[in-house]
Amino acid sequence: MSTEKVKEAIAKVLPDVETVICWQGGFDAIHATPCFVSSPEQIDKVIWSPLCAQNLASYLPSMKKKVGIVVKGCDSRTIVQYMQEGLIDREKVVIIGIPCTGVVSVKKILKEIGHEAVLDASFDGSGSITVRTPKGEKTLAIADVCPDKCRTCQYPTPLVYDHLAGDPITSDKPKESVYQDIREFDAKTLEERKAYWEKELDRCIRCYACRNACPMCVCQDSCIAETREPHWISQKLSLQEKFMFHMIHALHLAGRCVECGECDRVCPMDIPVSKMKKKINAEMKELFNYETGVNPDDKPPMFTFNVDEVKIKEHKL
Amino acid sequence: MPDTGYLPKEKVKDFIRELAKDAIVHVPCLEGETVVFRPFSEDRELCLERPANTPPKSIIYPQSETLFSFEHKKDPEDHQKMSVELKVDIDAPGTVIFGARPCDARGFVIYDRVFIDTDTPDPYYKKRRENTLVVTLSCAAPFPGCFCVGVGGSPAGKEGTDAMLTEIAGGYIVEPVTEKGKAILNKPMVEDGSTRLKDAQQAQQKAHEAVKNPFAGGMPNISPELFDADPFWEQALSKCVSCGACTYLCPTCYCFNITDEQVYGKGERIRSWDACMFFHFTLEASTHNPRPTKFQRFKNRVGHKFVYYPEKYEGAIACCGCGRCIRYCPVSVDISEIVNDLGGGGKKEQQPAGSAKND
Repeated sequence: MSTEKVKEAIAKVLPDVETVICWQGGFDAIHATPCFVSSPEQIDKVIWSPLCAQNLASYLPSMKKKVGIVVKGCDSRTIVQYMQEGLIDREKVVIIGIPCTGVVSVKKILKEIGHEAVLDASFDGSGSITVRTPKGEKTLAIADVCPDKCRTCQYPTPLVYDHLAGDPITSDKPKESVYQDIREFDAKTLEERKAYWEKELDRCIRCYACRNACPMCVCQDSCIAETREPHWISQKLSLQEKFMFHMIHALHLAGRCVECGECDRVCPMDIPVSKMKKKINAEMKELFNYETGVNPDDKPPMFTFNVDEVKIKEHKL
Repeated sequence: MPDTGYLPKEKVKDFIRELAKDAIVHVPCLEGETVVFRPFSEDRELCLERPANTPPKSIIYPQSETLFSFEHKKDPEDHQKMSVELKVDIDAPGTVIFGARPCDARGFVIYDRVFIDTDTPDPYYKKRRENTLVVTLSCAAPFPGCFCVGVGGSPAGKEGTDAMLTEIAGGYIVEPVTEKGKAILNKPMVEDGSTRLKDAQQAQQKAHEAVKNPFAGGMPNISPELFDADPFWEQALSKCVSCGACTYLCPTCYCFNITDEQVYGKGERIRSWDACMFFHFTLEASTHNPRPTKFQRFKNRVGHKFVYYPEKYEGAIACCGCGRCIRYCPVSVDISEIVNDLGGGGKKEQQPAGSAKND
């Protein structure tokens, strides 16, 4: 799981593709940013570390030529889902997979360091990150500052790849833990849940970062958020309008959301928007025994219609 | 009356309560992990430790506002005749913005040139701006992505501010900037701060020196050739996801859209923020879009702030360097890096960017 192995794989793939999508250092020492490598001398700036949280697979459907891409296990589910939905041509994508033991959430690190400017950061190789700010140094366990998805990660090794940079690893997290948070949230009363979402969504500034960063949002420039005819969503900035958008976003992702957590990661207002999508996914699992992005030959349940859905009891009525 | 006040830390809330007696006081509040401006009330958790995620711009220039409501009416005598009734109600109560940062306040100066200092001032913005007192809090240190000094600002800059607070041991020095700002020195919680002004000035100087200037030559200097070179934008913005976070979080972005929303004969004309990152920005009714790609739209964002606005307003840059667009960008697009690269000169001195690696 080292940067060198990733660089070697990129060098191997590069002659065959237009560009390789990977990560490089961002504006400070705790940010990574996407990097499009199209010549060997650019490989030097490539990084691989727990900073590489962004799901780069989102760029694939807009790529016209054959490209290479570096993916973690979770990101690979996006590619599998794209294959199921016919959104990419697998022949035109060369996948460099990285077995991953967990990434970091910049938001969680910032919280721990009091939102100070970061002077430097380093990983010690044994699961912690040390961040230096003008106020001093702080060492944090990656397990404490990882995105929630890493805590229940089932697929640390990519499910689909052409080259694997490292040795495959298997998940040590119980399968039942994946929707534990949803079950806990479901246990709240309707009033509590309503109050929760009203409070959270009130902060939404309608920047649509959650939508634009979402790998599975496919309506693109015809999103209901902006169409004028029909004018689904008002320009008025009411909670109702924000609700409407987020509900439709979640519903459009029923049985499609690959739970990459990009919507949470990118929200500048720290709204836990992925929770809605995860809830619907939990229902899809329950109703159709379908898990998104794990098998390229699956068909998303909303893409098909079976008269006899075994898990829906009404079919016997 | 002294020229400088001192507000002990323990009296900050009382001071806000005092201001709230005759105005709506918007204060930065902690909500979850975010800081947002909210009208003060006792149950709010004040947060003065870091800049708000969203600037206070929407208090004076709302994200969405009704310009007027309208109703088409039939003449009861002659149904062929229609008339339109318009109702305008500019909602501009006495307001205080407490705890804005100097960059936030500077944003209002950038708007003032467009919305007030013209032959056709915008009555909505103007009325709110006039009815608002801006009390800023100078920054003691830079936050991630900040670069105010690179665009002529400062962590203790006073442009657009009515009165400025600077934190010193035990409290805040209060420096009035305008006549309107002077009035707050009369509040009973404010003591004489004249003798400690120098402490505040030292803190301000220290903060100023700590902010990095990302621009090689001190100020942005854009090469017209590079600015018009498509490959530059394609290379710099391949990663942009075209969301509106940078524009909606920006204290100086002011593009808007106007929409009529009506049901049958009755409705409202609404002005709402637009964002040049969205495909629909400048999409024409003919379906032609002069800026069909994200590259052209980002060029507009940089151009507006660093080229077109300065051309129109005597060199003033329409960016206050608050760093929010960098800090909150989903993919870490760094406008200061892009503007620096547009200078065509040497790369800026690299920070230990992304230096965190595995051993």
